[in-house]
Amino acid sequence: MKSVEQKVLALNGDEAVAYAVKQCDVDVVAAYPITPQTIIVERFSEYVANGEVETAFVCTESEHSALTACLAASLTGARAFTASASAGLALMHEMLFVTSGCRAPVVMAIANRALSAPINIHGDQSDTMAQRDSGWIQIYAENAQEVYDSVIQAFRIAEHPEVLLPAMVCLDGFQLSHSVENVNVLPDDVVKKFVGVRQFPKVLTHEGKLAPLRLDPHNPMTLGPLAFPNYYFEFKRQQEEAMKKALEVIRQVHNEYAEISGRSYGDGLLDPYHLEDAEIATVCLGSTAGTVKAVVDELRSEGVKAGLLRIRAFRPLPVEGIRKALENVKAVAVMDRSMSFGGHGGAVFHEVRHALYDSDKRPFIVNYIYGLGGRDTSPMQIRAIYKDLQEIVQKGHVETPIKYVGLRE
Amino acid sequence: MTLKEKEKSWKEISIAAVCWKPSTEFLTGDWKTYKPVRDPAKCTRCLLCVIFCPDGAIHWKADRNDIEFDYNYCKGCGVCANECPVKAIEMKLE
Repeated sequence: MKSVEQKVLALNGDEAVAYAVKQCDVDVVAAYPITPQTIIVERFSEYVANGEVETAFVCTESEHSALTACLAASLTGARAFTASASAGLALMHEMLFVTSGCRAPVVMAIANRALSAPINIHGDQSDTMAQRDSGWIQIYAENAQEVYDSVIQAFRIAEHPEVLLPAMVCLDGFQLSHSVENVNVLPDDVVKKFVGVRQFPKVLTHEGKLAPLRLDPHNPMTLGPLAFPNYYFEFKRQQEEAMKKALEVIRQVHNEYAEISGRSYGDGLLDPYHLEDAEIATVCLGSTAGTVKAVVDELRSEGVKAGLLRIRAFRPLPVEGIRKALENVKAVAVMDRSMSFGGHGGAVFHEVRHALYDSDKRPFIVNYIYGLGGRDTSPMQIRAIYKDLQEIVQKGHVETPIKYVGLRE
Repeated sequence: MTLKEKEKSWKEISIAAVCWKPSTEFLTGDWKTYKPVRDPAKCTRCLLCVIFCPDGAIHWKADRNDIEFDYNYCKGCGVCANECPVKAIEMKLE
C-alpha cells in the first residue's frame, strides 16, 4: 500500500506530542506543568482555547491529581491523556499503579528529566526507569518524528481490548522535547480513522451481567476495590498476561501504521542498525541512538563491523528479540542514562544481560552510564566505547564491567 | 471474609478487579472477636442500635415487634452496646 500524502511541519518533540494528541480525538486532558514537558500541555491548551479540539482540559493542583483525573475519565470510557516529567512523574507514583491496576488505557508523554537532589531540569531517563515496574507500557522515541508516530500508536496499543494498559511515550528532555525538527504529519481524518473509537471488553459484574468495562449508571460495577491475599495475586498475574499480549499488539499497530505513513522503526519493539553481521554492538534507548548511528556509519566506512540495537519498547521488554539480535555479536556495550544505585549497573544493562543469559553464545557484555543531568554525549565518546569493545574481543576478557562516560574521575 | 464459592484462577475472574459478586456475598461477620448479645427483658425496642450499626447488621422486624442481629455481617465493633440507653447489649467473647 502506498503511504498517504503528508505535510511537513517544523516541530519540537513536545509540539509533536501536542499535535498528535490533537489528531487523536482525545476527550480529556488533565495536566500540571513541569519542565521540559510544559510545551506539550501549553500547546494543547491553545488548541482548546482556539476551539480546534472538543477536549475537556482540566487544570489540576498537582501531578497526582492530574493522573487521578485522567484515570477517572478513562474509567468512564473517555480517551484521556496527560504529560509529565521528573518530579511530576515521581509524584504520580501511587496513581501509576492504580491506573494500571484498574486497566485504564491512559496515554502519557514523558519528557525525560533528571530527579532531584540536586535540582536539575535537564535530560536523563531516571524518571521513567524508576517507574518501570508500575505496570505501564514504555516506548522510547529517537526523534521528534518518532515521538509523533508513537503517540498515535500508543492510543491504539493501550486501548486494545486484550491489552488495556496505560502507556508512556518517552522523549529525552531538551534533546527531543525542545529541538525543532521537520516532522511529517498525517492528515487529521487518517489519524482519527487509525486510532478509531475505544472498544470495551465485557466483564462479569456483581449483578451477574456481562457488561462493557466502563463506569455506566445503566450497568453499575465496582472497579479496583479491596482484594485480600486470596485474590490480589490473581489480578497481578492478569496484568503480566496483558503485557505479554502487548508485545504482539505493539508490533501489529506499528506495522499497520508503517503502511499508512511509510515510516517504520525496526519491528516496533526493537530497532536494529547494521546488526546482521556486527561483531561489536551497543544497546541504547531514545535520542542517543541518533549519535550512535552516525558513529556506526563512520566505523563501517573504516571496515569495523559495528552495530546498534535500539530498544523502543522497554515495557514490555522483548526479551527473546534482544537475545536473537545480540547473541551472535562478540561484545555488547549497554548504555544507561540513569543509575540503579548499588545495583551493579543500570536498569537497561540488567535486563539486556538477563535476556542473554539463556543464550549458549553469551557475548561479553559491559555497561556505560552516560548523560546524567543533561550531560552531552559526543560521537568521540561513542567511538571510545566501540574501541573498548574491540579491545575486549581482542583480549578475550572484560576488565571493567561498568564505566561512566564523560565523568571527571 | 468468606465468599461462598470455590476460589477462581486468574483466567476466570474479571479484569480490573471488577466485583463479580455483590458485597452481600462477602460475609464479613467472621472478622469479629466480640459478639453483641441482647437481653430482651431489658430492651425497650428504641431502635437506636439499628440506627447506629455501621454495617446495617441489626434489623427491625415489625411483624415480631423485635430486633435481630445478622451475625453474617456484624463485625463486633460494639457501637450498639455503647449506644444502648438501657445497657441491654453485652459484648461477649466469641
